[in-house]
Amino acid sequence: MAEEAITDAPELATGDGVRRRDFINLAAVSAAGVAGVSLLVPLISQMAPSADVLAESSTEVDISAIQPGQAIKSIFRKQPVFIRNLTPKEIAEANAVPISSLRDPQTLAERTKEGKENWLITMGVCTHLGCVPLGAGEGEIKGEFGGYFCPCHGSAYDTAARIRKGPAPKNLEVPTYEFTSDTVVKIG
Amino acid sequence: MSFPWAHEYTPSHPFMKWMDEKLPLPRLVYNSVGSGYPVPRNLNYFWNFGFLALACLGIQIVTGVILAMHYAANAGVAFDSVEHIMRDVNWGWMLRYAHANGASAFFVVIYIHIFRGFFYGSYKAPREMVWLLGVVIFLLMMATAFMGYVLPWGQMSFWGAKVITGLFSAIPLVGEPLQQWLLGGFAPDNASLNRFFSLHYLLPFVIVGVVVLHIWALHIPGSSNPTGVEVKSESDTVPFYPYYIAKDGWAMGLFAFLYCAMLFFFPNALGHPDNYVPANPMSTPAHIVPEWYFWPFYAILRAFTSDFFFIPAKLMGVLAMFSAILVWFFLPWLDRSPVRSGSYRPAFKKFFIILLIDVLILGYCGGAPAAEPYVMISQIAAIYYFAHFLIILPIVSSIERPDPLPFSITEAVLGSDEQAALAPAE
Repeated sequence: MAEEAITDAPELATGDGVRRRDFINLAAVSAAGVAGVSLLVPLISQMAPSADVLAESSTEVDISAIQPGQAIKSIFRKQPVFIRNLTPKEIAEANAVPISSLRDPQTLAERTKEGKENWLITMGVCTHLGCVPLGAGEGEIKGEFGGYFCPCHGSAYDTAARIRKGPAPKNLEVPTYEFTSDTVVKIG
Repeated sequence: MSFPWAHEYTPSHPFMKWMDEKLPLPRLVYNSVGSGYPVPRNLNYFWNFGFLALACLGIQIVTGVILAMHYAANAGVAFDSVEHIMRDVNWGWMLRYAHANGASAFFVVIYIHIFRGFFYGSYKAPREMVWLLGVVIFLLMMATAFMGYVLPWGQMSFWGAKVITGLFSAIPLVGEPLQQWLLGGFAPDNASLNRFFSLHYLLPFVIVGVVVLHIWALHIPGSSNPTGVEVKSESDTVPFYPYYIAKDGWAMGLFAFLYCAMLFFFPNALGHPDNYVPANPMSTPAHIVPEWYFWPFYAILRAFTSDFFFIPAKLMGVLAMFSAILVWFFLPWLDRSPVRSGSYRPAFKKFFIILLIDVLILGYCGGAPAAEPYVMISQIAAIYYFAHFLIILPIVSSIERPDPLPFSITEAVLGSDEQAALAPAE
């Protein structure tokens, strides 16, 4: 004890070197800092979608009654989803567009499943600011490109639901989906 | 801080003496809004709007706390609970109309307060901090008003929430997750409504806190005045109480008259009929517009219709809308003119009036449908708006030749100041 006291003494007097107290101070404040910051994790992540909201993230739709040229609005994640049975003429129109002329270049084939090119399944959420475009319901205007038309800020989509005119930056989003049978599609 | 000639608080009653030793709260009040606060004697009616803004905040907090006693923040019943307030709760219709129109009244008052600051150079040294805190209050007000408008859960509430949170989705990479985090889901729903209610209740009290800082910062140099000449002597000031308390009271009476006329005779004039339709996530109203007080900024948002270099149009619109307010933070350093008041700045005065007209045009376009010619008009008006702050103000303040300033506030008011004869000419 006496020996230690003697070796510590000059450092304490001049303040040179790393003292045990400096280390404890630094370690304690760092630990408190890390602990304080880690408190933010629950405080922030509580606002993210909760388990029950995420649990609604897939939905099954019977599409057997949709005739060519018709479309239905279904609900996926509490948002509208458009399921459209394209006519051969609409498919031809979509395929006739040069890809390089598109704002968000995609072919109809890339936006549908192989062998099911007539089934165009997209979110009914305009990629501009989230309004529901017109064109899926009976008698709604489809815009000048024959697909969908958003009345909020005038975005027009073509028969492959690709953005052609107006402020929207992207094509209508194609959600993840699969055909569980010929008449049932599972979205999400 | 105060001027040396400020009246000192001298309690006479034994209880007040005792209180002054234990907790000098009466002294604080006396020195802040009582006889102990000397104020320039020449304030015009534009200086009443700070007090009126505080009164509006009070009205909103009192009516809001009462409405919260009857409102249910649940997506299933929120709309019905608002109708319950309107039809069944005693005086509920009046309290809700008072709150809804109170928000509009608050913004009318605050816009006049802000433009008063623009014209009279209230943002200039030594009051930069007063101005910066004021901009913070305005941002908090906008957030509070937006979330309040969502609470009735009508069509405009729902789609307003969707469009405004949709703005955040424009941010690259983190945009989509950020929007889902803000909403607590993929679209506005119960989680969104609950958190908006919680924050709508909280933020007004945060505003109260920042208002205290705003007034504290103001009281360090003391109030500005229409000449922009700083206070020089006791003859330039009068005590806040009774002079300005009385004048603010008069303004309050006039304000109450206009507010009540709105509240009792045109309670829905500034609302949207669509918000009396319950929220429907499957159908968008044909014409979505925010409340009138957001129109100038909404017009700037919509002015960007094509990509700007590599920045997508949507993101550019969002950045421009936020920048339209953030630019105010730099105002004390953009306007370099040593002359504070616009009354003595002939060139600045003209550009101020053009800015005022420009903002009114933006407001008109923001409320109009997103079609020509409104889009093109908003584009020109938005460019001018930014040009005013970033180009015109710095240039005008460096080349302008200001009119001669009065020697003192007293001279401006009385035509002469005996001290002017004693002081060397400036």
